[in-house]
Amino acid sequence: MQPTNRSQRILQPVKLWYLYLSLLVAFALTLIPTGHLPGVPDWLALVLAFWSVREPLRVSLGTGFVFGLLVDVGHGAALGQHALAYVLLTYGANALSRRVLWFSPLEQALHILPLLLLMHVVMVVVRMLAGADFPGWWYFTGSFTAALLWVPLHFVLLFPQFRPVERDDNRPI
Amino acid sequence: MSLIGHNTPPIFKRGPAPTVRLMLYVSAALVLLVTDLKFRYLEFMRQTVAVVLYPVERAAATPADLVLNAATYFATLAKVQQENSLLRRQQLRMSEQLMRHEQLAQENGRLRILLGMRDELPARSVAADVLYAAHDPFSRKVILDRGSTHGIAQGDAVVDERGVIGQVTRVHPIQAEVTLLTDKEQAIPIAVQRNGLRGVVFGAGAGQLELRYLPATADVQPGDTLLTSGLDGLYLPGLPVAKVIRVDRDTQAFARIFCLPVGGVEQSTQVLVMGRLSPPQPPMSEEGGDDVVVGADTGKDS
Repeated sequence: MQPTNRSQRILQPVKLWYLYLSLLVAFALTLIPTGHLPGVPDWLALVLAFWSVREPLRVSLGTGFVFGLLVDVGHGAALGQHALAYVLLTYGANALSRRVLWFSPLEQALHILPLLLLMHVVMVVVRMLAGADFPGWWYFTGSFTAALLWVPLHFVLLFPQFRPVERDDNRPI
Repeated sequence: MSLIGHNTPPIFKRGPAPTVRLMLYVSAALVLLVTDLKFRYLEFMRQTVAVVLYPVERAAATPADLVLNAATYFATLAKVQQENSLLRRQQLRMSEQLMRHEQLAQENGRLRILLGMRDELPARSVAADVLYAAHDPFSRKVILDRGSTHGIAQGDAVVDERGVIGQVTRVHPIQAEVTLLTDKEQAIPIAVQRNGLRGVVFGAGAGQLELRYLPATADVQPGDTLLTSGLDGLYLPGLPVAKVIRVDRDTQAFARIFCLPVGGVEQSTQVLVMGRLSPPQPPMSEEGGDDVVVGADTGKDS
């Protein structure tokens, strides 16, 4: 697989343990108590979206559902709220996967931003239907930070795949 | 599994189509949402997962702890001295009140015996630290570092040194979730201190509370203190809750009464969780036909 479909470089196949480790680390990051600080990205949503784009056959709706339930319990939110949002997010990212990879990481982030916003809108709608208060516009700022983080994340998460198979200074690729 | 927007030929079919899977998962999530929000059937499942997640949560809370500890570590000496003198003065005032309280409690006990009233139920209390504000931005909740293993039960009142700040709404073995008074779904039964008028206070958002369902002619004035009435059988009576700040009488049949909480609802870090040892039962019907097992201390009830 290539970093982007226009790239000449061939990546190594993804390591499954790295994929799940990154998801678990992102999950732990979402549990950091930041209170109601504006602009905190939903790390897990971001990493889920990333792998749904890169590995649509490995990370898809089921992964989103399970991790969503875990976040619901960890956050003390309504059970199913994040699950629903992440299922829709992974579905959207899966559907985008063959288009998005033709773009540079920055342009990919622009594709992901509406998905993240949609995810937050879904959660707001669900909770407001259940009678909760509108949390305020700052709630949506997290998606913008997350979209900005897409570019550095692109390199961090693909890092193990960038390495050559064996060390060789004169590798042609 | 097949890719979205890509029809696999039948020989390569791998499970149901993406849209079908989406519908399945969405309906599963919706079913869970309704079961949880409407019927609250899933507490057991939530507790089990919460116990498993506890180490991860503690690990995740460390950065926040570090920041907080560093902040207190670098607090200046002057600030500490100032706080110390303030606490000394406070303690002096408290000790005077305590001495009087001792005497008043004895007197109250004697008078209660004279009047033939039932003794006030003993209370239990657990001191706890607020770990952090809950993540959920749709509600006002905090997490305490004590849980059911320390004797905290669901429905306990949570107070700080000034007044009630909330109620325990979910208990895990080592943690408890407190819904603050300012949460939209939190209600607390109160009595006006000045005249004993009873009512129910709801969270109104923006750090305010609202005393609802009192007629426009109700005798409530700005400045009145509201205490817990204890009628619900959960809160101890007489804990300060809020102060009335504004009474709006010319809207509808009901007055709109806005209050500010007395306790540091969104600030306190050390709290006391108070509960009744056994909530008083409603008086039994005359025939005693109820199957409800009543605690020993309700026996004197008429």
